[in-house]
Amino acid sequence: MAEMRYMQAISQALSDSMRDDGSVIVLGEDIAAAGGSFKATRGLLELYGPDRVRDTPISESSIASAAVGAAMSGLKPVVEIMFMDFITLAMDALVNQAAKARFMFGGRSSVPMVLRTPHGGGLNAGPQHSQCLEAWLAHVPGLKVVCPSNAQDAYSLLRAAIADPDPVVFVENKALYARKSEVDTAASGVIGQAAIARAGRDLTIVTYGATVHVSLAAAQELAREQIEAEVIDLRSIQPWDEACVLASVARTHRLVVVHEAVQSFGVGAEVAARVAEHGFDELDAPIVRVGAPFMPVAFATSLERRYMVDVADVVAAARKTLA
Amino acid sequence: MTKKRPDQLLAQYRVMRLIRSVENSLVKLFADGEVPGFIHLSVGQEAIAAGVVTALDERDSIATTHRGHGHVLARGIDVDLFFMELMGKQGGICGGRGGSMHVADMDLGILGANGIVGAGIPIALGSALAHSVRKTGGVAVAFFGDGAMAEGVIHESLNMAALWKLPLLFVCENNGWSEFSPTSRQFAAQLGSLAGAFGIPHLLVDGNDVEAVSAAARDLIAQARTDGPRVLECKTHRVRGHFEGDPQKYRPQEDAGIGAEIDPLKKAEQALVARGVSARVIAGIVADAEARVAAAIEKGRADAQPDFERALSDVYTANAAGG
Repeated sequence: MAEMRYMQAISQALSDSMRDDGSVIVLGEDIAAAGGSFKATRGLLELYGPDRVRDTPISESSIASAAVGAAMSGLKPVVEIMFMDFITLAMDALVNQAAKARFMFGGRSSVPMVLRTPHGGGLNAGPQHSQCLEAWLAHVPGLKVVCPSNAQDAYSLLRAAIADPDPVVFVENKALYARKSEVDTAASGVIGQAAIARAGRDLTIVTYGATVHVSLAAAQELAREQIEAEVIDLRSIQPWDEACVLASVARTHRLVVVHEAVQSFGVGAEVAARVAEHGFDELDAPIVRVGAPFMPVAFATSLERRYMVDVADVVAAARKTLA
Repeated sequence: MTKKRPDQLLAQYRVMRLIRSVENSLVKLFADGEVPGFIHLSVGQEAIAAGVVTALDERDSIATTHRGHGHVLARGIDVDLFFMELMGKQGGICGGRGGSMHVADMDLGILGANGIVGAGIPIALGSALAHSVRKTGGVAVAFFGDGAMAEGVIHESLNMAALWKLPLLFVCENNGWSEFSPTSRQFAAQLGSLAGAFGIPHLLVDGNDVEAVSAAARDLIAQARTDGPRVLECKTHRVRGHFEGDPQKYRPQEDAGIGAEIDPLKKAEQALVARGVSARVIAGIVADAEARVAAAIEKGRADAQPDFERALSDVYTANAAGG
């Protein structure tokens, strides 16, 4: 066990995967010599050399497609897309190529690639450097979408993603990069398995990524009023752990779904719909969703602060289900 | 380069004749409703597939286009499984999930035909990257049409291939048509000058002369293995419409069809006769190709419809179902 920042857990996972498997390569914009714009790939060039740790031009579309071709030809590429907003430029590679290859080619091949990319606001990065677009990708059959909230999961799940035979989009949260926690590099991660971040009997809060911490803070606040919220960290949103969520709702009978992404048509809508379909009899109150308003992320601090989901939003949603 | 012995030309002629027989049979199968969907035939362009692909060896890989039947047949895709696929049957090379636009066989280094114009180019780039990193000695070939020159990924891929000196041969089948529009109205540059801008050597050949294509391809492939990317542009002629059933109202009558002076098969036959190959031998090759195709069509007709559950189980590698 060692204390690591989330970003160090990412670079450790990359490094350990590269050490264990010579077919793993890392490529992206400024990831080698510069160590990545969030320093998640720092030190890899020195350890593994420019053949396997490759700075690319600013060509997201071809970088992502090249990863598909490389994965079809014996490598396990890990691509970094500097900001999740830029995956718009890589969507053909992800949606039409990587996601469909296994199915479309008769199940005889797979595309073992990982696309790492940071989402999330709170840095005054404006409308094109702050978005949480994971729901788009979770909607595409053939892709897996992982979104860890802490250094341990960042490490274990990135290693699992690299070992996975199918394409995985690994979504990191910029606001979490500096956050420290204990990491056991021997612990293995399972994509699709949620974690109960906090046990509680009165309501279930389902979330992932940075809003896990917002939800935990809200749960603490609620605890002062003897309301015990269970917080489920999905960790992976495609596939997602429906069984864990349904079991929790069967204990608490109330559900709040929280994410940083825009609420409408988001991951929370899917979770809420699934619980309504399969857990309706367990519910004692309507499901409440908490997400960003239906607008782009704004630049100014005051605007962005109001936009981002905060502790008060989650507490208010919890109270609403308990009213 | 080319010796005036008929052996190599005979081998190439056999490949071209197989492609022609397949494509001609598809005209009828499509018209009769036995092959559904969209198919794009390469009648008139057979010399490029035969000339380039017969210059490759086992280490190499190809990525092709929506008009990709010729390339995959030249690479040796199983003709029975090819027809089963186009007829949407269980035994198809892709289990009936891909169809004409997605025929692939990773075991033969065929990284797929592709339904997205230009998309195969960066996939071939990635395959070339894998050849380079893994030191396979292999070359990747990106087949594309002149319509793809207007896609962004070719510009990105030329740049990356040049920067990294990748073993990649770009092969443009320039038939003058970008789907339903003349390429002169779609693309302001010339491929030679575009390649030149990246310092990539470019050769322009008569794409209807299989020996010219083959000689150029052999040279460029040998160069690409050690010295980095090359571009081969083959001027050719699209005999059929963009897709089967295309009424081609946009096209002057005199442009359609195929005269003996541009028919790559007629040209090859004349060259064979000039080198002492008898009409009987040529007729035998034609008969073999026709018989091969007829047998494959019968197998395709006899094969079962694909199983839905099996298709569903191939979205992900075993036991990782999303949803």
